[in-house]
Amino acid sequence: MPVPSDVVRISDTVWEIPVSHKPGMLVPARIFATESLLSAFDDGVFEQITNVATLPGIVGHACCMPDGHWGYGFPIGGLAAMDPDRGVISPGGIGFDINCGMRLCLTNLGYEEVKPRLRLLVDRIAGRVPAGVGVEGTVRASRDEFREAVEQGARWAVKRGYGWKEDLERTEEGGCLPGADASRVSEKAIDRGYRQIGTLGSGNHYLEIQVAKAENVFDPDTARTFGIVLPDQVVVMFHCGSRGFGHQVATDYLRVFLAAMRAKYRIHLPDRELACAPFLSPEGQDYFAAMKCAVNMSFVNRQVILHRIREVFSEIFGKDPKDLGMRQVYDVAHNTAKIERHVFEGKPRELLVHRKGATRAFGPGMPGLPDVYRKTGQPVILGGSMETGSYLLAGVGTGDRTFFTTAHGSGRAMSRTAARKRYRGRQLQEQMEERGIYVRTASWSGLAEEAGPAYKNVDDVVEATERAGLSRRVVRLLPVGNVKG
Amino acid sequence: MTPPYRYLEEIATADVAFEAWGATKEETFLAAADATLNTMVEEIGTVAPREHREISVAADALDLLLFELLQELVYHKDAGRLLLRVRELRIEETGGEYRLRAEGWGETIDPDRHGLLADVKAVTLHRLSVEKTPSGWRAVVVLDV
Repeated sequence: MPVPSDVVRISDTVWEIPVSHKPGMLVPARIFATESLLSAFDDGVFEQITNVATLPGIVGHACCMPDGHWGYGFPIGGLAAMDPDRGVISPGGIGFDINCGMRLCLTNLGYEEVKPRLRLLVDRIAGRVPAGVGVEGTVRASRDEFREAVEQGARWAVKRGYGWKEDLERTEEGGCLPGADASRVSEKAIDRGYRQIGTLGSGNHYLEIQVAKAENVFDPDTARTFGIVLPDQVVVMFHCGSRGFGHQVATDYLRVFLAAMRAKYRIHLPDRELACAPFLSPEGQDYFAAMKCAVNMSFVNRQVILHRIREVFSEIFGKDPKDLGMRQVYDVAHNTAKIERHVFEGKPRELLVHRKGATRAFGPGMPGLPDVYRKTGQPVILGGSMETGSYLLAGVGTGDRTFFTTAHGSGRAMSRTAARKRYRGRQLQEQMEERGIYVRTASWSGLAEEAGPAYKNVDDVVEATERAGLSRRVVRLLPVGNVKG
Repeated sequence: MTPPYRYLEEIATADVAFEAWGATKEETFLAAADATLNTMVEEIGTVAPREHREISVAADALDLLLFELLQELVYHKDAGRLLLRVRELRIEETGGEYRLRAEGWGETIDPDRHGLLADVKAVTLHRLSVEKTPSGWRAVVVLDV
């Protein structure tokens, strides 16, 4: 689909689709992208973001980030803030993989020290962090313990020795959304999730060993605060979510909302995948409490995975993880709806912010950030393709135009099926190895689907976020080892 | 034999979309179940019928009935680490209510024998359809992977 003809250029990185574009739009839609990214947006983004603009109670604009692409319901990269008193909550605005997110961990090792042991590291991490279809995790929890875990979030894991206390303050929302209520979650969701703590998943989920080269540090002061202080410093980044538990919570409530929306609330929307209910309705509140459990499960999952990474480094380098400088930089959530305080139309307001494939990026001085990042703004971990590289960004004060939200990755440009036809997993692995990236995969075709050219250019996406005033570059990170889910 | 489904490249960039077809509703549902399994496993013939699970789902529309069926397969994949092929599938309609009963036959995931592909997270409602065509029935499904 070409860019709609009624798109208005607000600036060279902000594009607006007016409410006259389609019946039912309550607010304009805004796309944050350079002109070249905009013209390459795939079919469906324009349709989907304007559908989002029809959701009852939406305020400001329905926004799409520069890495946006066709999803279901919301586009990936979609953002919608609702007035909680009269607006809706929509599982389709969060996604099935609730709190799919990124975590970044430092080391005090240089690449030359890690290089001779890279294969060993990757292979051993792959053995310790199960990945792929239907895998079980390495933490045994009974169903009741799992219920506690999803109500308590990352704290549950840290209390059991999986991680450090300081990891919690370096996690979005402290690693726990309060108000999570496991009684709002189905037995089926528990069935699917309680044995999956500490698993990576598949698809675009991965764990990567990366290098911060000196020439890729854009802002040395902020980089230092974030812990990037050595030339060729090695860091570990990973991307995963709430696994089968979150997927089932989303599915259960999609069904509930679909029925309630039509029969009870008489809301009519252009796409069933946008099924929603008033936030303050019984259905809305039940889903909110259940979704928070899935958010917390994901924080638990990433907490345990971080612990496993520290274990492996510690074994291989014969040092305590603390002596290896393995501090967590931050943990960001991609797929959530949260009540946040924002200044809107000149007044502080509580808003229900849906982010789907988009990252919160609080600017300097905002409440909710740990003291260490108060001056710099929030660290934003943005994962690129496994071939090209990723970024560590910082939130900025001008982010208020998107309720302090930025991109979450480079964004797919090619469908999985198309990528699988074009690339071969084994061949790709060999080519990557020649370029100094050692990759382990649970699935060859899954690897092919994640080939670099299947994604937009991560540098273009990041540049667009910076020019649009959503986040700024701190360090570009290059992959050297990858465990692909 | 060419399977009665094909994957679609042109919709839902990050997900897996397919169309499935058959002479009857039942055949079409079976084809969609195989297409879902085939999203997770390279050769669905490698899934041996060692265990079975009864499947019983209901919905007030045919496409939502398919959603419920496929969702059951995704559930068993995580809850019991079971890959299932669907057999003996029957659909009944009474007063606009559809009920489906079937047997799922399969086995525990074995990464050594089952060429594993993507982990299906969920069945989406995006573009979901089950429709009658001049030659039978056709379904379109988008899976979140």
